[in-house]
Amino acid sequence: MFDDLRDLYQEVIFDHNRNPRNFRVMENADRKVEGFNPLCGDRLTLFLKMEGNEIVDASFQGSGCAISTASVSLMTEIVKGKTGAQAEKLFKQFHEMTTGKEEDVNLEAIGKLAVLAGVREYPARVKCATLAWHTLDAALKNEEDSISTE
Amino acid sequence: MTTFPIEKIREDFPILKETIRNKPLVYLDNAATCQKPQVVIDSISHLYSHDYANVHRGVHTLSVKATDRYEGAREKVRAFINASSTKEIIFVKGTTEAVNLIAQTFGKTQINKGDEILITSMEHHSNIVPWQMLCEETGAVLKVAPINLQGELIFKEFEKLINDKTKLVSVVHMSNALGTVNPVKKIIAIAKSKNIPVLLDGAQAIPHMSVDVQELNCDFYAFSGHKLYGPSGIGVLYGKQALLEAMPPYQGGGDMIRKVTFDETEYNNLPYKFEAGTPSIADVVGLGSAIDYLSEIGMDKIAAYEAELLDYATEKAKSIKGLKIIGEAKDKGAILSFVLDKIHPHDIGTMLDSLGIAIRAGHHCAMPVMDFFEVPATARASFAMYNTKQEIDVLIDGIEQLIEVFG
Repeated sequence: MFDDLRDLYQEVIFDHNRNPRNFRVMENADRKVEGFNPLCGDRLTLFLKMEGNEIVDASFQGSGCAISTASVSLMTEIVKGKTGAQAEKLFKQFHEMTTGKEEDVNLEAIGKLAVLAGVREYPARVKCATLAWHTLDAALKNEEDSISTE
Repeated sequence: MTTFPIEKIREDFPILKETIRNKPLVYLDNAATCQKPQVVIDSISHLYSHDYANVHRGVHTLSVKATDRYEGAREKVRAFINASSTKEIIFVKGTTEAVNLIAQTFGKTQINKGDEILITSMEHHSNIVPWQMLCEETGAVLKVAPINLQGELIFKEFEKLINDKTKLVSVVHMSNALGTVNPVKKIIAIAKSKNIPVLLDGAQAIPHMSVDVQELNCDFYAFSGHKLYGPSGIGVLYGKQALLEAMPPYQGGGDMIRKVTFDETEYNNLPYKFEAGTPSIADVVGLGSAIDYLSEIGMDKIAAYEAELLDYATEKAKSIKGLKIIGEAKDKGAILSFVLDKIHPHDIGTMLDSLGIAIRAGHHCAMPVMDFFEVPATARASFAMYNTKQEIDVLIDGIEQLIEVFG
């Protein structure tokens, strides 16, 4: 059963879905942006603590599917300690990985996020994986409105 | 069940032989759209191959043939819902366009500032948004009758909301998100006692039960062809003749006029007044074939068979730990909406898809219903006359397996 889905639902994804990292409200956040995927109703609130241009802390709240929860959980881990520009570069690489052709992706650069590469084969689920990153993008650009993947 | 010709019916639908991800297709997304029998596919192909030209225009043979096929389908629709005249059958794109047509014609001329339009809180967005748009334009007010935790209309509250300001009642006959069948006869009776017109959104109801608009005594009834085993892009608005006569046209163009000069235009008779432009001729003909096909089987037999399917699925689903059914109305059509503890509907949808099972995961264009039940979305298995108990077993087995995988 579900053999076809092993690339999509890797154990790391189940793990982050069961125990999401950085799943908390950040009282002293510098940036707070809401992300919404109207297709499936996924909602998340992303919090960032900045020092200059560096993301010193990231956390989130909200509810979503396993893919979107794992994606935002992994993202909050990986962007800590990165500058805004480095995070944006990761977003670009992540976006290429989840939507583009395999040969274009530098899986080394993207590290742990590679577990989400499987969504490429599931066009209906790409937005689940990218919602977190679109929300981060909006937060870094300091857009105050909630953002939507539609 | 033994008298229902399920094997023959399954043979009639070519797509049911498809495999999805190397598994036999189990199609349980019928509330979104139904699959098409070969006779419907063939009728469209036959029209384009032999009888196609524009309708209501030419003196040439093909135009006459096409017009006969097109108007013949209108008569089939009339008989199917027992309207008193084909003048009361207007072809539109679908239920959504039918509701918008009423809002833009009847609504704009009959509903004024301070007037009220009454709907229920289980409506599809297509029976909410056109009224919100009308209210914004006219200053009318949208009133919403509440539902209970079983997903049933609270009739007493509905009754309380009817008053002298109510100018239209527009309710769903059967809910797409919950399966609830509304007590439409009671709704119509109370509205009629105050001379308030009633529009029924029949998009979900029409493929599951026999509908008699005269017996119901509704003023308008809207449905889509694609949920009735017919083509997409075609639908029907039924309206009582006197009301339709009084309404202004919906769109201007060809076919809806009798005489045009640059000073004035004389509108055509019913139903053409509401059918501007070249219609979707082949889709209308296809819808006629779908109706012939269904009439041969019998809507009452279909309803009885589907009720057995729903009972079977409901009983099996209830035995799954952590599964909660959303929508448990006493009067319910063949829709099983559910949520699983700690597993998002979107994951359920992908997991089941890998087993060849097509269900819908999402808000079902009924976000207020999701808000009421405090869920972001549900998983929905919706059944049609070609589904079987064996397919329900595959679904239930799939759900049990995915719960195990998610741990």
